[in-house]
Amino acid sequence: MAYLAHRTAQALIVLAIAFTATFVLLQALPGDAILIKFESPELGLSPEQIADIRASYGADVPPLQQFLHTVAGFVQGDFGYSVQYGTPVHELIGSALPDTLALAGLGFVTAVLLAVALAFLSTLAPFGWLRQALRSLPGLLVSVPVFWLGIVLIQVFSFQLRLVPVIGADPVQALILPVLTLAIPISAPLAQILARSIDEVQLAPFVAVVRAKGAGPARVLWRDVARNALLPAVTIAGVLVGELIGGAVVTETVFGRAGIGRLTEQAVANQDVPVLQAIVILAALVFVVVNLAVDLVYPVLDPRLKRKAVAA
Amino acid sequence: MNALLELEHLDIAYRTPAGVRRVVHDVSFAVQPGEVVALVGESGSGKTTTSSAVLGLLPSGGRIESGAVRLSGIDLAGWNDRRLESVRGARIGYIPQDPVSSLNPVRPIGAQLADVFRIHRRGDRRAVRGRVLELLERVGLDDPALRAKQYPHELSGGMRQRVLIANAIALGPELVIADEPTSALDVTVQRRILDLIDELRREHGTAVLLVTHDLAVAAERAERVVVMQHGRIVEQGTTEAVLDAPAEEYTRRLLADAPGLAEHEFRHPRPPLYLRDADVAAAENPFALVASGLTKTYGLGRGREPFRAVDDVSFRVLRGTTHAIVGESGSGKTTTARIVSRFVAPDAGSVEVGGSEVTSLTGAAKREFRRRVQLVYQNPFASLDPRQTVAEIVAEPLRNFGVGDRRSRAAAAARLIDRVALPAHLATHRPAELSGGQRQRVAIARALALEPELVVLDEAVSALDVTVQARILELLEQLQGALGLSYLFISHDLAVVQRISHSVSVMRHGRIVESGPTEQVFRAPQHEYTRELLAAVPRRPAPTREVFA
Repeated sequence: MAYLAHRTAQALIVLAIAFTATFVLLQALPGDAILIKFESPELGLSPEQIADIRASYGADVPPLQQFLHTVAGFVQGDFGYSVQYGTPVHELIGSALPDTLALAGLGFVTAVLLAVALAFLSTLAPFGWLRQALRSLPGLLVSVPVFWLGIVLIQVFSFQLRLVPVIGADPVQALILPVLTLAIPISAPLAQILARSIDEVQLAPFVAVVRAKGAGPARVLWRDVARNALLPAVTIAGVLVGELIGGAVVTETVFGRAGIGRLTEQAVANQDVPVLQAIVILAALVFVVVNLAVDLVYPVLDPRLKRKAVAA
Repeated sequence: MNALLELEHLDIAYRTPAGVRRVVHDVSFAVQPGEVVALVGESGSGKTTTSSAVLGLLPSGGRIESGAVRLSGIDLAGWNDRRLESVRGARIGYIPQDPVSSLNPVRPIGAQLADVFRIHRRGDRRAVRGRVLELLERVGLDDPALRAKQYPHELSGGMRQRVLIANAIALGPELVIADEPTSALDVTVQRRILDLIDELRREHGTAVLLVTHDLAVAAERAERVVVMQHGRIVEQGTTEAVLDAPAEEYTRRLLADAPGLAEHEFRHPRPPLYLRDADVAAAENPFALVASGLTKTYGLGRGREPFRAVDDVSFRVLRGTTHAIVGESGSGKTTTARIVSRFVAPDAGSVEVGGSEVTSLTGAAKREFRRRVQLVYQNPFASLDPRQTVAEIVAEPLRNFGVGDRRSRAAAAARLIDRVALPAHLATHRPAELSGGQRQRVAIARALALEPELVVLDEAVSALDVTVQARILELLEQLQGALGLSYLFISHDLAVVQRISHSVSVMRHGRIVESGPTEQVFRAPQHEYTRELLAAVPRRPAPTREVFA
């Protein structure tokens, strides 16, 4: 319990730092969203009118005061208004989040399944050359850019094979290719770590003991090696969640899906500071929660860590 | 009589990208039912490879090139893994070397023991559980129901080895291969484990192939001995025949080097040259090290009794002599060594080196003190920087203290390398290219670089094979004679201690239970624990006693 409290406090500090850093960086950018939106000559607004608009957004006060104001708002759950759309940020995010959660969640699960399948197959496959080929696959996939992968998948599966419709697809069909696009680059490093870690555990003396009992390779891998090999992979999985966020931006743009990624892309283009600020905090929150979950999973996987976790 | 296990002209090679490397040549020997055969040799002699081949568990790349491995007359040599799986565990059991890394850390003991029944489909779930508890009890673990639920890290090394023995004998195999089953264990635990194997063997008539580097263990436990060197059998025969009249030079050397077998004179303190003059002796402080009342307590966190690692420990080391601290793991001997070398501050007590108090030293004075006391660690594989050359490693202390210039340091390093009897051309090599014994020589040369008064040797020869160990001990003796060095020798191995030390302190649970001149402690031990330790040292059974009846 004390451990959990300690970790939560740490998480809050991380969030606070992420918030401050984002704020400072966004402030440091030349120009701002209000100028981008209202300064265009076609609107014919006078400098006085623009100044009024600025004041209505609270953009005319010194940065420190703005900072305190924003912090106070965030703490109370008020993320402010989007400059671009004029709607509350929480509404924007609220409507974009479910799509992205479905995409990212499915993407992550698919990535894990792919990685485990690849790692296991590359250990158990019957021929040396096949194992070698499966071993080198992640190295290839890790170097594939997300946007290119998306385009290739659309080309192959939609236009050539006509397996997944591009237009008029139902929600499930519409998810297939984006999920794959998101999952493949994440599964690659995961599979690499897992395969290497399996190799390492295979050499441990206890594996020799298990084999000396007459256990076959599948049983050895499944019962004895897998759980030991999972630890480093779980650590990497926590880090890779960060990739999901970046991946969602590209994937949603390539596939023209609505979601947090798309929202981010537009907010960046328009320097929509309140939206960006909220998205960064959301991303940081996801990251922190996932890594906390990873830390809590360790002792479940490895009983040796139980006592330490309790004592810490 | 038909042999249970028969190896015939066995050749084993490793196929690596660099080519085929033959590691076992023309090995033939047999194990009769119920017999204990010891396969003896140094590391790299091919003894472990040979025993792995019997199980068909050669490391990847390893292959039986020719010859036969017959189990009750059936040749297993050409069998694939799937066929061998029916033999492994069921007809041949395996006890590994290191109990700490030989159990799956993330599964409970009971589940791991149950595996062997499940794999070979013996009994349903309930029957298996009953058998597991029986086995745990049979190998001497208290409260089997609790043990079955525990994880390996909750058990001591000796207990884990018992679990592994239970694992090996679970299905009543005809043959058990024990690969250095006690090398990683303390001497009293070793004795109990070997006794257990002996007992189970007699109960079930199981044959044992005992792989060991320790001829004393072989002499004590085996009926026949097979001596291997460089992948070949040097000599084999009944234990008596081989030990009484070794035909080969190599066997004779092994016998002479085994600390538990050879009869060594006790060492008596001989005053170094400069102290033999009575007047000088009277004026000089005769002690290189005086430790008195050392105490060190470690807190174990809230709600737990603090652990007293070292409890009121006092001892003295005469100049130019070796004082040994002997004890089992957890006795506090290493903490004592760390206090003496000022890596750990004691809670109470004082350490005097060459007459000056050193426990209170801090900062620059403490750093200066490091010149006077040097350490040699147990593991020669981990204590040398893999990126430096031998010459750089040996000269590093000089560099750290800014002694001399580059050229004079290089000259000093060359002298030291020669001093520890390493060939000069090794100076430019890196540790990875050296053998264990050579590495330990490098570590000793490094310790001598600053001409210390006292060298603390923490299990300095424990990781080495007996022959290498014997050479290092000779070197240490010779350096002591020539340079008037004082040693504090930390060890769990009584046979080694008997050979090297002038005086000895026996530690247990953080306290010294007995100390005195080595001869007195070994010939007439006063304390019960000392007697127990001495009795546990593997020795050749007296010829009159019939132990294998």
